[in-house]
Amino acid sequence: MILSRTLESKLSSLYKAGKIVGGVYLGTGQEAFSASLGCSLKQDRDIFAPLIRDQAGRTAFGEPLIEATQTYLGSALGPMKGRDGNIHRGRPAERRLAMISHLGASVSVVAGMLVARRIKGELDGVVGATSVGDGATSTGAFHEGMNLAAVERLPMVVLVADNQFAYSTPRSRQFACKSLVDRAKGYGVAGTEVDATDLLACLETVLAAVEAARRGEGPQIVVGKLLRLCGHGEHDDGSYVPDKVRSSDLGRDCLERGIEQVVSLGLAGAQEIEQWREEAASEVQAAVAQAQTEPRPDPYRDNWRAYSWEGMEP
Amino acid sequence: MSVTYIDAIHQAQLELLRERDDVFLYGQDIGAFGGAFKATKGLQEEFPERVLDSPISEDAMVGMAIGAAISGMRPIVEMQFADFSSIAFNQIVNHAGTHFYRTGVPVPLTVRLPCGGTPGSGPFHSQMVETLYGHYPGLLVMTPATVSDAYHFLKESVSLDDPVIFCEHKFLYRWLKTAAIDPEGLPLGVARITRPGKHATVVTYSAMVHEAVRAADRLSEEGWEIEVVDLRSIKPLDLDTVIASVARTGRLLALGEAFPWGGVTAEVVSRVVAEGFHLLDAPPMRLNAKDTPIPYHPDLWASHRPTPESITQSLRQLLNL
Ligand SMILES: Cc1ncc(C[n+]2csc(CCOP(=O)(O)OP(=O)(O)O)c2C)c(N)n1
Repeated sequence: MILSRTLESKLSSLYKAGKIVGGVYLGTGQEAFSASLGCSLKQDRDIFAPLIRDQAGRTAFGEPLIEATQTYLGSALGPMKGRDGNIHRGRPAERRLAMISHLGASVSVVAGMLVARRIKGELDGVVGATSVGDGATSTGAFHEGMNLAAVERLPMVVLVADNQFAYSTPRSRQFACKSLVDRAKGYGVAGTEVDATDLLACLETVLAAVEAARRGEGPQIVVGKLLRLCGHGEHDDGSYVPDKVRSSDLGRDCLERGIEQVVSLGLAGAQEIEQWREEAASEVQAAVAQAQTEPRPDPYRDNWRAYSWEGMEP
Repeated sequence: MSVTYIDAIHQAQLELLRERDDVFLYGQDIGAFGGAFKATKGLQEEFPERVLDSPISEDAMVGMAIGAAISGMRPIVEMQFADFSSIAFNQIVNHAGTHFYRTGVPVPLTVRLPCGGTPGSGPFHSQMVETLYGHYPGLLVMTPATVSDAYHFLKESVSLDDPVIFCEHKFLYRWLKTAAIDPEGLPLGVARITRPGKHATVVTYSAMVHEAVRAADRLSEEGWEIEVVDLRSIKPLDLDTVIASVARTGRLLALGEAFPWGGVTAEVVSRVVAEGFHLLDAPPMRLNAKDTPIPYHPDLWASHRPTPESITQSLRQLLNL
């Protein structure tokens, strides 16, 4: 969480300094929820399809920091080679999917990765996970994917970060059910809800969902209640969020709360946490510096091939 | 014994399931029921784990197949009708089509689309959609006009690493027969000269190949020799064969069953004009379906799409008769 917050604030500065072309989308305030998923998944076998606010989850699931800076800064050596940017990155061969922008599209793709494993007899002990925001639950793709996963009873976990707004649209203009967890019943899957500003609650709830899926209890929806503590992207100041919501419990910072929790449980002291912050700062500094020295993509060197088949002329 | 176009599609899928453990079929009503057109009849019985009924969720069907394809499988998705692939458009063009370029990981997925008009099918069970998919990078688009091409292309689709949009024409399903499937198929990327000629070239694909041959037969009674080129696939598009034909005849009619705005016929004409303008003795022509939704009534439908009569008429115009 600390590493993610540190990286993201650096990305924001780089954006504001004009060093990043295109958008910058942060997960400020959503780190506890996202990281809980990344920590609960097994890096050697599970599948993770992150979305825009999942820097913490990506890091927790083992995405090297350099892949974030390479993609944001347009390095030709990064996983996307400058062909895609920012949060649209991943290494599918390592079961870290590279999201497309279209919201809801990842749900069925993760389901398919699990179906493939089932056909091959390799599904035992594997969990597939993806996350979406409250707005994404209104898409047909989300609904179709959830229903398909439910029909196939796949070991799948879908995190819904209900952060009160989809860009500027409040939840009241997005859906009419009381809580998005009500949807779980309709799909015939398990659903739980958690205060996503509370790190310990997130860890417990998300891990329980992942383990339930692993035990064969079918898809699990986990709805996290929280507030995005940043704009939709760094171009957006989020001025549409009413002060009343900002100052409510939803607006608490999961990172500050998480640190208090860690300290009060005696897991780490103030000094140790300060050390984590320093380590994070230098790791981020190194990842940014490395990506900045790497070559940019060269239009004369890109092979411009959208096809794997050799017969298709570029 | 004869083999129909739909038999060839069935046979190819049966063999694929038998030959490769990584192939599975996914679609609506394709299991015990055998599919709306019986393209998967009996297959679930032999392969219960690999012939799966899907919910009516075209977006998720293709999304699921993408996930499976990047996990080492070779899924074949059956859309009940090509028209419904509009719901899967996003997954096909934005997810499957971009994946290899973006990530380096190919998506070996085949989407079977029962295309084209049959009498009485109306606006939503008759459409040609190859133009839509041909437009997007990353997708191969096959449009077989013969029984053997349907068979070989479907088998080849599955062995290719790229996503393939397989446009099978419903009108040909049971009407088109051959004594036996050619053991050797033509390679992908090569057009076929279905009927040689020297006075004009008709470039077409899918069911319109047969309508073009009928028109050519009529004109041959008057001594005109019309060459019919079957593109076989619209992406890749074999321009060399087209240009070579136009070099022989000097006249081009691009013929298709799709709507007239843009599309394959426009693409063919623009490429021939750009690369073979000097070969043309007359302005190239296009003949397509009408620019309205596809009508239900057989009498209206028959005039909506090009017919041997309208093709003959266009050719007369092209030949300055
Ligand atoms: C299908 C689709 N429509 C519109 C968009 C544009 N868009 C990007 S993010 C976003 C808001 C998403 O809100 P939500 O799902 O609640 O996630 P959050 O941003 O709040 O984390 C929108 C409308 C998109 N990416 N995909």
